[in-house]
Amino acid sequence: MISTAECAVDAQSLISISLRKIHNSRTQRGGIKLHKNLLVSYVLRNARQVYMNEKYAEIYRMQQYEEVMTVCNEIQELDPLDVVAGGAAADECEDAGVAEQQQCCAGGMAGGQASLCGAQPCSLPSAPEEACKTSETLFYRSCCAEPYPPPPPSPCDFSPAHCNKTTVLDLDTHVVTTVENGCLHQDCCCTPLQPCSSPSSKKRKVSDYSGCGYYAPELEDVSVDPAPCKRAKLEDCCSDCLVDLDTANISNLISIFGSGFSGLVSRQADFEQAFNGQFCSKQALASLGAWTRAIVAF
Amino acid sequence: MAGAGGGGNDVQWCFSQVKGAIDDDVAEADIISTVEFNHSGELLATGDKGGRVVIFQQDTENKSQPQCRSEYNVYSTFQSHEPEFDYLKSLEIEEKINKIRWLPQKNAAQFLLSTNDKTIKLWKISERDKRPEGYNLKEEDGRCRDSTTITTLRVPVFRPMDLMVEASPRRVFANAHTYHINSISVNSDNETYLSADDLRINLWHLEITDRSFNIVDIKPANMEELTEVITAAEFHPHQCNTFVYSSSKGTIRMCDMRASALCDKHSKLFEEPEDPSNRSFFSEIISSISDVKFSHSGRYMMTRDYLSVKIWDLNMENRPVETYQVHEYLRSKLCSLYENDCIFDKFECCWNGNDSVVMTGSYNNFFRMLDRTQRRDVTLEASRESSKPRQVLKPRRVCAGGKRKKDEISVDSLDFNKKILHTAWHPQENIIAVATTNNLYIFQEKVN
Repeated sequence: MISTAECAVDAQSLISISLRKIHNSRTQRGGIKLHKNLLVSYVLRNARQVYMNEKYAEIYRMQQYEEVMTVCNEIQELDPLDVVAGGAAADECEDAGVAEQQQCCAGGMAGGQASLCGAQPCSLPSAPEEACKTSETLFYRSCCAEPYPPPPPSPCDFSPAHCNKTTVLDLDTHVVTTVENGCLHQDCCCTPLQPCSSPSSKKRKVSDYSGCGYYAPELEDVSVDPAPCKRAKLEDCCSDCLVDLDTANISNLISIFGSGFSGLVSRQADFEQAFNGQFCSKQALASLGAWTRAIVAF
Repeated sequence: MAGAGGGGNDVQWCFSQVKGAIDDDVAEADIISTVEFNHSGELLATGDKGGRVVIFQQDTENKSQPQCRSEYNVYSTFQSHEPEFDYLKSLEIEEKINKIRWLPQKNAAQFLLSTNDKTIKLWKISERDKRPEGYNLKEEDGRCRDSTTITTLRVPVFRPMDLMVEASPRRVFANAHTYHINSISVNSDNETYLSADDLRINLWHLEITDRSFNIVDIKPANMEELTEVITAAEFHPHQCNTFVYSSSKGTIRMCDMRASALCDKHSKLFEEPEDPSNRSFFSEIISSISDVKFSHSGRYMMTRDYLSVKIWDLNMENRPVETYQVHEYLRSKLCSLYENDCIFDKFECCWNGNDSVVMTGSYNNFFRMLDRTQRRDVTLEASRESSKPRQVLKPRRVCAGGKRKKDEISVDSLDFNKKILHTAWHPQENIIAVATTNNLYIFQEKVN
């Protein structure tokens, strides 16, 4: 019987329900049903896209507040001419970023190595493009900050002595972002509740968030990335889900699906060897992609 | 009887019979998994999760008088498939009968194909109503006679006996499918048939068991790139070179075996663009086609997805000619249906004899009759409460929201454990067989 209260269509709960279904299908009589697991993986992918959208939007909103406060303080000390130059540079960055983003989207979707989620422009005509569009404004700064060769010290740098730190003012939304070491945050080394302790991290401009959503936008086209527009790492989404499942279950899943999951469980080992956020997020994102791909790779 | 099964809605349906245990406690092995009339409609076969096949035969004694109701009685029961174990993969192979398909009758015996997930079997069902008596070398009970006591010779003769129906496996078609078989379909040439699993379709000759031809293979080189599976396949009723297969993405591909040996390239692709306003987490699941059936005429085909039935004209690929909503009120409940796995239920559909009405099942033991000519539909229920002889079935209504009228049932009161997945329509008459979980209901057109 369906309960009278419609269940909350919550992306995170859908993800954990889907993972549980996949796990249970192992012990079903008659062997794993390819069709059913394929359909479950679609739900998983859809829920993950929504979840990441929501999470990133939330982080961005919180960051926006912080940055606005920070830049307000800084602007008071600046020559007005510097601000204008910074805005112009931001425009260039934005254009470049958008182009890069669109490229990423297209490349990801049509890529020869397109994974389960990426390789279906036909059935989801609207969703990936939509996701691209909505994330465009969210991501462009990261785009402009990272994949290209480090830009020469530009007027938009508020602290020109540190080439690895870029602050960009978006004239459209009046949002300022500070990017350090090519990451919005450097934190994927951390467990959700602990601040980052990477040796190369600079003092971060953004505050810690408890519980969720550390994102290190991965801007190179990770060929295994099933959602090319979403560079954010889904560590916390998965870690929440994984907490629900036993470690034993995870190990079982891993043993079935192969090494694709090893990145998720051996996070700690990865973190130690990662020197910056990029490397870490790439691993985690790659392994996350392996979740959805490996689910159908019986 | 009434024409070739015409008219869904000026027909009034009456309860005729119900087969199966009355128990509310359903044994899993008794769950009916397939229902199929033979080509004349005289025989009705059911398969269950326990691997058994039960065949019912129409009582033809009173057929000449239209006002007499013909009844179906058990004709033969046999164990078709047993559970098996694949030692190499450490997998149990279920004995559940996924599909039964009758062969057209060629002689006194009847033949049917039954399949589980991995193996297809050809069964011969024959009657024996005479037995030889008067052997010289053995007694009537089979013991050998002492040859020294034989002093005369006699010719054995056939004497009538009680009718005995024997089922014997004549062919076993095994080891051709890596994935789970979902469909079998006998070709109109009466010599070949196809079997389809999630990724491949094989063509068999009915006489040859050690070889089959792979005619469709959609397995990608890298399994991680898998985006769709085959969900159903059927041969065209008249063109022996044509077959269709449906996919989990909601597309149907028609293939012509004359074009090439491997029919990976379709000759037609039937696909309706998705309505973006209906996009949800579950869009892929509800667009997956669970059944595809050609019309008897061969001009149309019908597909069933989770919420709707679509009729396609084989000459038009870009959209169906008709779409019927089966239970649109479930669209807002998809999340709950996902949680309790109901969203994965695979409903079948069927045509009536003259292709004017189609039928499919739903939840709460409801089933739907969709009249194509009159553009009307009706919801009926298969229940023990409406099981008095010749009781006319009353149309049921589901209240999607708002104020519930008298006699309506609200969506939240529907019993999602009572589902009708399998239905069959007599090829010539207005007789339908509807399978609930473990019971088979037979309804007939009301005759005055």
